[in-house]
Amino acid sequence: MLDTRGVNVWCASAHQTFGTAELLQRIEKSDLGKVVSHRQLIVPQLGASGVDAQAIKSSSDFEVIWGPLRAGDIPQFLVNSNKADPAMRKLTFAMAERLVLAPVELAMAIKPTLLILAVMLVVSGLGPGGFSLGGGWSRWLFFATSFLIGLLSGVVLVPALLPWLPFRAFYLKGILVGVPVAGAVIFWFGSSFWPEVVAQVLICLTASSYLAMNFTGATPYVSPSGVEKEMRCAIPVQIVMTLVAVVLWVANPFLR
Amino acid sequence: MEEFRYIDGVATLELNEDLCVGCGICETVCPHNVFAMGRSKVRIVDQDGCMECGACANNCPVSAIGVTPGVGCATYVIKKWWMDLLGKEGPITCC
Repeated sequence: MLDTRGVNVWCASAHQTFGTAELLQRIEKSDLGKVVSHRQLIVPQLGASGVDAQAIKSSSDFEVIWGPLRAGDIPQFLVNSNKADPAMRKLTFAMAERLVLAPVELAMAIKPTLLILAVMLVVSGLGPGGFSLGGGWSRWLFFATSFLIGLLSGVVLVPALLPWLPFRAFYLKGILVGVPVAGAVIFWFGSSFWPEVVAQVLICLTASSYLAMNFTGATPYVSPSGVEKEMRCAIPVQIVMTLVAVVLWVANPFLR
Repeated sequence: MEEFRYIDGVATLELNEDLCVGCGICETVCPHNVFAMGRSKVRIVDQDGCMECGACANNCPVSAIGVTPGVGCATYVIKKWWMDLLGKEGPITCC
């Protein structure tokens, strides 16, 4: 058994915890050559990013047979004399597979979110009369709602609606989904003061856009070159949106 | 997966057809049907479907395939850009 520390085979093979060297080491440590008489090793197909079949063969004498994508198909694969039918080699990214990734994305967002909310708690208290924590409370609530709803939009809504969303770039999908979501938050709080409305909309859209862009790493079809190209546009856009939002947010009580 | 398409014209996948010996391993390990076997050699039939996982290049017995695999994770790219900006080197830890 090769320990990938709870990480799936595909990511592990890209990060070399399921690579040629690790597999050879495991074959040697477990004395596999003495445990089995045959010399065939069925390796999950998605391990191919890290496992070089020729290197395994020349170093260990074991022939790598590329198994199905999913472990559940192994029994049928064996019945088929180690042949994969097209369905076994077909990658899917169904709703459940997309949404199962949301908890991890949310967990990773907790620390930065708490930091941002804490900073904005102080900033929200700044007004013409100086600093007042009580005075800033409802402002902070408005901010926190926009931010958290935007976050959920990027982490849950964009993955859920992925097959139906226009635009190839994920940061644009995040902005698109963020628009009705931001509208709902503005409607809920009933604000009509434009600097406040614009700031809140931008906060919501930026959170949604950034988290949606981050989802690219969890998909099974996005290329790193594409992600870098997308980010060359996305990051400047998100930085500008954030700066405008923060300026309007801080200036808001002084403009009333 | 047909309904999921990403940005076109960026994949760094390259096939040297002169070196190809038609073993078909790339077609087997590719998770996106980027390759299709011709009469004696393989061809790229969906360049834009390539996600640069590197499985093909890693397993081609004659090194006929080149690709620059990386981690398609925005946080990783940001950390990499930040380290480049600061002139730092070293491993980048992600999830």
